[in-house]
Amino acid sequence: MALLDVEALTVEFPTRRGVLRALDGISFGIEPGEVLGVVGESGAGKSLTGAAIIGLLEPPGRIAGGRVLLDGARIDNLPPARMREIRGRQIGAIFQDPLTTLDPVYPVGRQLIETMQTHLRLSDADARRRAVAWLERVGIPAAAQRVGAYPHEFSGGMRQRVVIALALCAEPRLVIADEPTTALDVSIQAQIIELLKSLTRDHGTSVMLVTHDMGVIAETADRVAVMYAGRIVEIGPVRAVVKQPAHPYTEGLMGSIPWIERRVERLRQIDGAMPRLNAIPPGCAFNPRCPFVFDRCRIERPALLDAGATRAACWLHDKAAHV
Amino acid sequence: MRGAARALARFADSDFVYSFSRSPVAVVSLLVVVICIAAAAFAPLIAPHDPFDLASLNLMDSFRPPLLAPDGEWTYPLGTDDQGRDVLSGIMFGMRISLLVGVASIVFASVVGVAIGLLAGYAGGTIDALLMRVADVQLTFPSILIALLVDGVVRAALPKDMHEQLEIYVIILAIGIARWPQFARVVRGSTLVERNRDYVMAARVIGLSRVRIMATHILPNVLGPVLVIATLTLGLAILDEATLSFLGVGLPVTQPSLGTLIRIGNDFLFSGEWWVTIFPGVALVLMVLSINLLGDWLRDALNPRLR
Amino acid sequence: MAAFILSRVLQAIPVLLVVGFIAFAMFAFVGDPVVTMLGQDYTEAQRQALIRSLGLDRSFLVQYAHFIWAALHGDFGISYRLARPVAGLIAERLPATLELSFTASVLALVVGVPMGVYTGIFRNAVSSRLFLAFSLIGVSLPTFLIGILLILVFSVMLHWLPSFGRGDVVHLGWWSTGFLTISGLKALILPAITLGLFQMTLIMRLVRAEMLEVLRTDYIKFARARGLSDRAVNFGHALRNTLVPVITIVGLQFGLVVAFSIVTETVFQWPGVGLLLIQSIAVADIPVMSAYLLLIAVLFVVINLVVDLLYYAVDPRLRIERRAAAGVR
Repeated sequence: MALLDVEALTVEFPTRRGVLRALDGISFGIEPGEVLGVVGESGAGKSLTGAAIIGLLEPPGRIAGGRVLLDGARIDNLPPARMREIRGRQIGAIFQDPLTTLDPVYPVGRQLIETMQTHLRLSDADARRRAVAWLERVGIPAAAQRVGAYPHEFSGGMRQRVVIALALCAEPRLVIADEPTTALDVSIQAQIIELLKSLTRDHGTSVMLVTHDMGVIAETADRVAVMYAGRIVEIGPVRAVVKQPAHPYTEGLMGSIPWIERRVERLRQIDGAMPRLNAIPPGCAFNPRCPFVFDRCRIERPALLDAGATRAACWLHDKAAHV
Repeated sequence: MRGAARALARFADSDFVYSFSRSPVAVVSLLVVVICIAAAAFAPLIAPHDPFDLASLNLMDSFRPPLLAPDGEWTYPLGTDDQGRDVLSGIMFGMRISLLVGVASIVFASVVGVAIGLLAGYAGGTIDALLMRVADVQLTFPSILIALLVDGVVRAALPKDMHEQLEIYVIILAIGIARWPQFARVVRGSTLVERNRDYVMAARVIGLSRVRIMATHILPNVLGPVLVIATLTLGLAILDEATLSFLGVGLPVTQPSLGTLIRIGNDFLFSGEWWVTIFPGVALVLMVLSINLLGDWLRDALNPRLR
Repeated sequence: MAAFILSRVLQAIPVLLVVGFIAFAMFAFVGDPVVTMLGQDYTEAQRQALIRSLGLDRSFLVQYAHFIWAALHGDFGISYRLARPVAGLIAERLPATLELSFTASVLALVVGVPMGVYTGIFRNAVSSRLFLAFSLIGVSLPTFLIGILLILVFSVMLHWLPSFGRGDVVHLGWWSTGFLTISGLKALILPAITLGLFQMTLIMRLVRAEMLEVLRTDYIKFARARGLSDRAVNFGHALRNTLVPVITIVGLQFGLVVAFSIVTETVFQWPGVGLLLIQSIAVADIPVMSAYLLLIAVLFVVINLVVDLLYYAVDPRLRIERRAAAGVR
C-alpha cells in the first residue's frame, strides 16, 4: 500500500470575481522510501499541493474535493488537534528560504528539543543529546558548541541543514521538501541535496521533492510528476520522463534544459505562457501552446492515460482512439 | 471628454471603490466627515443663531437645557450656555475653527516636512545627517509637548493685547512645527530610494538643475506615503489643538474651537448644566473618529501586502 | 556593554546642550521678569536691583554658562509667579506626577498586552471586533474628554469617586505618597484610568498589529509544519517575537504619558508637575517653563537609554552583533 495517496484533490480560492481552482483533480501516490519529484513552472500548484497535504492552506484557500490518505486513512478531514499530531511526526516539511524559516529569537538547539519533545517522549538530557546528534548528522561542524547558537549566526547553507534537522528530528515517514535549494548558492545546492538524499535513505523516509529545477529531479528522484496549471500532466519513473517524455509539455521542458551530453544548436522554448487561474482553457489546459493539438484537445480534458513507461494526460496516447 | 468619462468609469469599477462600497464603516465615516465639512463651511449661512452677535443674546435664555430634557425646546435643540448662546450654533462655528486649524497645521507640517525630506534625501552627506538628527531628536518628544512649548514661548513673546487675534496663527505654527518630522523622515526615505533610479540619473545627465529634479521628478513619486501620513495625523492635529484650547493656552473665547467650548462648559459640569461641555465633546469625538476610520480604511486599501 | 552605555551618553550630551540653550534662550529673549515679579509700579532703583540680583546685567554667554552650571547643581532659579525656588516647587510636585504616571502605565500594560494578543490570534471573533472598536474610540477621544466623562459619571452622577485633588497623602522623607491611604487611592482611580486609556488602546493596537505580522511569517508556518501546539506557536514563538519591537515603542510612549499627564492633572486638579507647567505658561513664568523643559529632556534621554538596554537584552541578534563588533567570539 502506498504511504501517501492523493485522490482527485481539488483546491479552490473563492475571490470576489469567482472561484479560482488552483488544483484540479490531482491524483498520485508515494511509496514508502521513494523520492517523488514534483516539477513545474511557478504557479503550477506544486507548493499548494504540499500545503494541502499537511493541512496548512492559507485561507481563503480550501480543499474543495478529493481525499488525502496516509496509510490508507483519510487525513484531509481531521480535526486540527489530530492534524497537528501528524505534522512533524508523520509528515515533515522543509521550506524554501532558510533565512526566514527559523525563529530568530531562540537557539537552534532549543528549537530542535522543542520539536522532539512535542512528538516523542524524551527526558531533557536525552533530547539535548539527540539535538547535538542531529546537528552532527546534518553536517554542522562543532555541533556540541553550536547547539546554543542562534539562527543568524549560521550561513545560508548551514541554516538549511538546521532546517532539515528540524524537519527530520521527529522521525517522520514522509518529508515534503518545497524548493529546498532554490534560495541557496549553486555550490551549496548539491551538498544539501546529497544530505537530504542520504538522510532519507538511511531512515527509509519518503520524500516529495517540489522544485522547478529539472536537474535536481533527474539526480534525486525515483519518480516524477509534472504539473501544469493545477493539474498533473505526466507522471512516471524519472528516467522515462526525462528520456522519453510522453506529454508535449514535458517534451518542451526537457528540450529547454541544457544537458551537457546533448549537442543542440538552440534550446527549444515553448511559445506562450502558462494560463492564469481565471483563464484556463477548456479541455486540455496546454492546448493553446501544444504543437500537436487537435480538435478533441480543445473540448475534452484528458485523464492520465497509459503512455508506455509513464502516464500522460494527453489525447495523443488514447490507444482506443488511434486504433 | 470621453477619456475623462472612461477614466471615471474605470475608477468606479476599481477594487478601490469596490472595497469601499463593501465596507459600511468607510461609507458611514465618509458621510460624517462630509457633514462636518459642510457644517463648518456653511456655518455662517445655516447656523440657527449667531453666537458672536452680542446684540442677539438674551441672558434670560441662559442655561436652557437640550431638547430631550423636560424644558427643552426646538429653538435651542442642544441647549444654551451661561450667556444664552446656542450650543448647536457654537458647535458649528467651533467645528469650523477646529477643522481649519487642523488642516492648516497639517498642510504646514507636510510642506515643511516634504521640503526638508527631499533636501535631506537628495543632498545626502552632512546635510542629511544633520537634518535627520534634528528630526529624530524632536521625534523623541511627544508632539503635544512640542506644540505646548512653542505655543507657550510665542505667547510669552507677544504683547498681551495681540494674543487673541494672533492665537490662531500661533496654534497652526505650533502644531505644524510639532508634526513635521514624520513627513520629513518618510519623504527622505523615499527620496533616497528614488535618487538612485535611472530616471533621476537620466535627468542629471541632461543637465537639469537639482531643484528641478527634486520638484518635478522625485516629488511626485514620493507623495504616496505622504498622503497616508497626512490622513493619519489630521485627527491627531485636531486633537492637539483641542487639548491646547482646553488647557487654556489655545484658541480664545472670541474665536472658540470645539476645545475652547469644552473648557468653558467644564465649569458648569458640577452645577448640572452638563450639555454645555458634553455636546461639543461628542461633536469633536465623532469628527475625529470618522477621520480616523476613513484614514485607517484608506491605509488598508492602499497597502498591497494586506490584500 | 559599558562601551554601549558610554557611547549613548556621549550622544546625548549635545542634545542636552541644545535643549539647555533653548531653555536658556527663553529666559533671555522672552518675557519680562521685571514686570512679572514687580508688577506694574516699580521704581528704577527696584528694577536695577532686581536685574542685578537675577544676573541679567551680565553678557549672554556668561548668563548661559551660569545657567547651565546652576542647573547641574539643581538650581533652576526663582519662579516669577510664586517667588520660590523652582527646584523646590518641582520636588514638591514630582511624586504626584510620578505616582499617577506609574499607575496609569501599569494599568495600560496589564490590560493592553493581553487584549492585543487576543485580538491578534482570534482576529475574526466578535469579541475581537468589539475590542478593536473600543480601541478606536480610545484613540479618538482626547484625554481631557475622557476625564470629563468619567467625572460626570462617577463623581457628579454617582458620587462614588472624588473629582479633584489627591486625597490624603503620607510623607516619607521628601516624597509624598497617596498609595497608603484609602482616600489617596480613591482619588487616584479616575485620573489613572484617564491617563492610561490612551496608552492602553495604543498598546493593544500595536501588539495586535505585530502579532498579525508575525503570525504570517515563514518561521511560524514552519513551527506549525512541525506540529507544535497552538500554545507553543502563539505564545512561545509569535508573542516572543512580537514583544521585541513592542518593548521599544512602549518605552518610547512613556513620553506620551508624561505629556498627557499635563492634561489629566488639569482636569482633575491633580497637584503635579504638569499642572504647575500650565499655570506657568498662562502667566509666562519662564523659569518654571525652562526648568520643565530641561527635566523633560533629561528624562527622555534616560528613557531612550533604558529602552535601548532592554532591546539589547531581549533581541539576541543585537547582542551577537555587539560582541562580534567588539571582537569577542
